[in-house]
Amino acid sequence: MSMVYDTEHPVPIPPIIWDNMGYWEGINRHELVFQRCKECGTWRHPPRPVCPKCRSFEKEWAPSTGKGAVYSWVTYQESPHPGFKAPYSVALVEMEEGVRLVSNMVDIKPEEISIGMPVEVVFEDIAEGLTLPKFRKVG
Amino acid sequence: MNNIKNRAAIVGISMTKFSKDSERTELYLTCQCIKAALDDAGLTPDDVDGLVKQTDDASDEHAVTSSMGMGNLTYFGESRWGAAPSAMAMRAAMGVATGVANYIVVYRSVNGASKRRMTPSMRTSGQMSTSDLLQWTFHAPFGHMSDAGRVAMIVRRYMHEFGINNDQFGWVPTVCREHGARNANSMFYQKPIVFEDYLKSKMIVEPLRRMDFYEEADAAAALVVTTPERAKDLKQRPVYVLGAAQHMALETEELTSYYRPSISGLPEMGKVGEKIFTMAGVAPKDIKCVQLDDSYGPFVPMQLEELGFCNQGEGVDFCNRGDRIRLGGELPLNTSGGSLGEGHIHGMNHVIEAVRQIRGTSTAQVKDAELVLVASGAGGPASGLILGGKS
Repeated sequence: MSMVYDTEHPVPIPPIIWDNMGYWEGINRHELVFQRCKECGTWRHPPRPVCPKCRSFEKEWAPSTGKGAVYSWVTYQESPHPGFKAPYSVALVEMEEGVRLVSNMVDIKPEEISIGMPVEVVFEDIAEGLTLPKFRKVG
Repeated sequence: MNNIKNRAAIVGISMTKFSKDSERTELYLTCQCIKAALDDAGLTPDDVDGLVKQTDDASDEHAVTSSMGMGNLTYFGESRWGAAPSAMAMRAAMGVATGVANYIVVYRSVNGASKRRMTPSMRTSGQMSTSDLLQWTFHAPFGHMSDAGRVAMIVRRYMHEFGINNDQFGWVPTVCREHGARNANSMFYQKPIVFEDYLKSKMIVEPLRRMDFYEEADAAAALVVTTPERAKDLKQRPVYVLGAAQHMALETEELTSYYRPSISGLPEMGKVGEKIFTMAGVAPKDIKCVQLDDSYGPFVPMQLEELGFCNQGEGVDFCNRGDRIRLGGELPLNTSGGSLGEGHIHGMNHVIEAVRQIRGTSTAQVKDAELVLVASGAGGPASGLILGGKS
């Protein structure tokens, strides 16, 4: 089971601003990238203007392995937005790089999700101009 | 000045009834409450020279001063988020302690039930700050849009790390509703629940149920703060601010602190606890009752852990069967009902109830409630107070 969208009600489009632009440009090319500090090499997500470790403003958008594990997850039984048809699950995924991101799981029933489950990124073209990174169970 | 112990006292309180429709504007409710809190203290609007509001409050200071005929304001400040109630009291205490103002009114007014939802079902980018954008960009497109969902993500991890079953969260709402049922001002007056009602409560965002979340309300509250010296000349027994603190840590977000090494605790609240206990010079065992942030019930056991009332991972056991946290137990919780059992105005009712306990006027009065702890802002930036009947 994957997220079911009600196309009558467009879902929120991620607003692109200067600080997160590189991330969404990567997603549009079907590539998962995260900010990495050019000075000290620390990965960070969500994007920020500055490295919280060494305070350098120098950063790059570095490719992720796309592999990680479920850190936590929830299942919405009531949808807060008409574009998302409940029930659906939202997962917090911890990537091999150490950063975490919020996403949805695809091709899995909510009750089959578990903390620690290994996952990998897949890209879902939701609508014109909207591609999202989602996660699939590995193995 | 790193310690404001005994530099301020709460001398007036007031609160409207909680309802699903106040049939008034928020500004009207604010003015009504301020007038009543000043009457309670034995003061008039002419005495007031300071105001502290919640950042999102619909009643701006200039509207309040013009409405109330307050012509001599020398201090006005505000606090944000769920952490606001205790922090607003702290700001008022700091104001009188430093002498920038002598009589400061703290107010909060919310038409949360009738006018708008707390969490808008859809936020558009045009309404968002850069900071909010950075957060919402990575949550909203995945349907992660309700505060219930944001909280449930943290709670699931907490359950995983400490072997907790979600049914066990039912005791906090049960006890809050028991306490709210005694309070004629509450939305749940004479409407207690039993634990089995919680089990039957609808799943909203698994693993959490409807009864894990606050009850939206229309209501307002106000309190008046002055120095202990000035308090002696007023009508009520002063309630002294013995400890007050706020805290924000690395990667603190409002309900979505998902990006730091551990998410199964409320470290901001832990820091608030350390500071208020040190400032007040008391320990958890000295506290007679607590008014904790129960906007989200499962955060209550986590607060008990962070504030040192039990060890990490033992908060749920502490609340089990409710005997320790209900009236008559060792640490009665949210004796007016709180956000779960009285109504949700972002925690201002918790501060008011702490004052009532010390005055001896609660509808669930704890014997000799001389020391009461208030916590605000569980799951984000946090603040807290220790209030006492003796300076």
